[in-house]
Amino acid sequence: MTTINPRKPAPYTMKGALAKKLFNSKTLILMCVPAIIYFIAFSYAPLPGIYVAFVNYNYRKGIFGSPFVGLKNFDFVAKSGQLWTLTKNTILFNLAFILLDNLLAVTVAILLKEIQSKSFRKVSQTMMFLPYFISQVLVGLLVFSLLNSDTGFLNVVLKALGAELWQKTGYNSVVYFAAIMGIDDSIIEASMIDGANGWQKIRYIILPSLKPTVVILLLFALGGIVKGDFGLFWNLVGRNPILYKKVDIIEMYVYRATVSDFNFSTASAVGLYQSLIGFILVLTVNAIVKKIEPDYSLF
Amino acid sequence: MAKNKDGMLESTGKIKLTTSDYVIRGIGYFFITIFAIVSILPFLIILGTSFETEENIISKGVTLIPREFTTAAYELVIKGGSIWQSYCLTIVMTAIGTTIGLFICAMTGYALQRKDFPFRNGISFFVYFTSLFQAGLAPYYLLMTQTYHLNNSYFAVLLPLMVSSWLIILMKNFAKSIPHELTESGKIDGAGDFKIFTSIILPMLKPGLATVGLFLALGYWNEWYQSSLFLQNKQVLPLQYSLYKIINEAQSLKNSVASQYVTVDSLPSESLKMATAMMATGPIIFLYPFVQRYFIGGITVGAVKG
Repeated sequence: MTTINPRKPAPYTMKGALAKKLFNSKTLILMCVPAIIYFIAFSYAPLPGIYVAFVNYNYRKGIFGSPFVGLKNFDFVAKSGQLWTLTKNTILFNLAFILLDNLLAVTVAILLKEIQSKSFRKVSQTMMFLPYFISQVLVGLLVFSLLNSDTGFLNVVLKALGAELWQKTGYNSVVYFAAIMGIDDSIIEASMIDGANGWQKIRYIILPSLKPTVVILLLFALGGIVKGDFGLFWNLVGRNPILYKKVDIIEMYVYRATVSDFNFSTASAVGLYQSLIGFILVLTVNAIVKKIEPDYSLF
Repeated sequence: MAKNKDGMLESTGKIKLTTSDYVIRGIGYFFITIFAIVSILPFLIILGTSFETEENIISKGVTLIPREFTTAAYELVIKGGSIWQSYCLTIVMTAIGTTIGLFICAMTGYALQRKDFPFRNGISFFVYFTSLFQAGLAPYYLLMTQTYHLNNSYFAVLLPLMVSSWLIILMKNFAKSIPHELTESGKIDGAGDFKIFTSIILPMLKPGLATVGLFLALGYWNEWYQSSLFLQNKQVLPLQYSLYKIINEAQSLKNSVASQYVTVDSLPSESLKMATAMMATGPIIFLYPFVQRYFIGGITVGAVKG
């Protein structure tokens, strides 16, 4: 048996305190080291490269040897009107996605609750979850093979919406369904004893209890409204200029500029513009969430 | 359960289901049935079409039930040989990436929820910041190709998918549900933090490990994006990216003027696409019904606090 020696709280300096903290938690720090190295290598190391947005990139001279051009790269995409078109497309698509995704997910969750047979519910839930597991490449193939190949604007928009809803609804409804299952059954029973009909039950009990979840999820989705779903659009539209001229989003432009055109400076300018707006939006949204529901704020 | 309760209360006469209850229930069954069918139908059509002859697909289009059953497309894919190499590559990458990623996420997630770890807030922010602000594709691409020289290296696919702040936070939330007393008792027995982690925490963390591991594995299996960035000149490609190539080569050929002068026979085969798609997706389809509860658990644990 070991005897426990109560440590005397010796008076120590600030430096000593830090050293002690470091020493006492050395194993926990070491356990975090792989992740820290990982994030430095793949998330923080690219940050200085943002400078490429302010130079006229020259392959031989490298990012930091290329001539500095200030905001010229931003000017170029802004003046040509491309930046505005890309922003508008990305935001409008996301708005439509966010609204329809959540509307459909809530509807599915509410109706799923109405299913009384447990096995029926389980089987249908499993079936609805399948599209989530399928790669976006296959989603692209499904759209090509099963839908018409019309390249009209409305047609492309509808395909994108269809693909999005098809792939995400099963996934999105999970959170709402969990929230509905979390409602105390006795509340619903009491309402029924009081004579509430099915519609009133949904309108006055289920929907209000979903409201906090909906509001939080919508807010965070709005925080990401300038971030498009590259995989979805690229597999529907790809490098086909007839299509991408109609429904280009920021991610597709940046991808083409990087991988096909090697125009790193313009690509980075557009990317930085997007990152900054996204960053400001998330901070704003988080501040709002912190006010209305502090438990759910991100930081 | 709900049914029993409803039934019981109904018999006592306290609760009477109104017409609107039945109408909504009816709508529920109807709509959910339709939606469930729509969810799997496209997949079934591709499956059906993959067993159809090439001529029928071109003249009559896709089909749920093959008009003339043939396994020719599958034979062609298998004979082509490269699918097995793609399978091996994808399986190896999924296994290695998931294992290492899982270990890193578990260690970090556990450490970051320890209340007696003075640096947890700082490191948590360091991890979380990566999802708030990114450098963007161009600087990342330049770093990977010019600095790390990972162009045409499988590491360019393996590494970027291994860890994410979301997965670490998910793991942290799972680790939080393990009572802190277990860590304390380990300490009293004289075990170090790493020993506590491997012998006490890891066995308790099984649901979290399963969930995060499956998210990782799904990410690797469905990977095509990093491959499209960095694996331009590789012979053996991950499954989804080789499917991507087959689809897009056919598509670009169709879109080009040349296709007007080329006979249909010489175009990359439609049934080949379908068969490749089925082979690339098959394992997931068989496995997902058994593991989907872990994904559902992960979504509900990690949904709002992303």
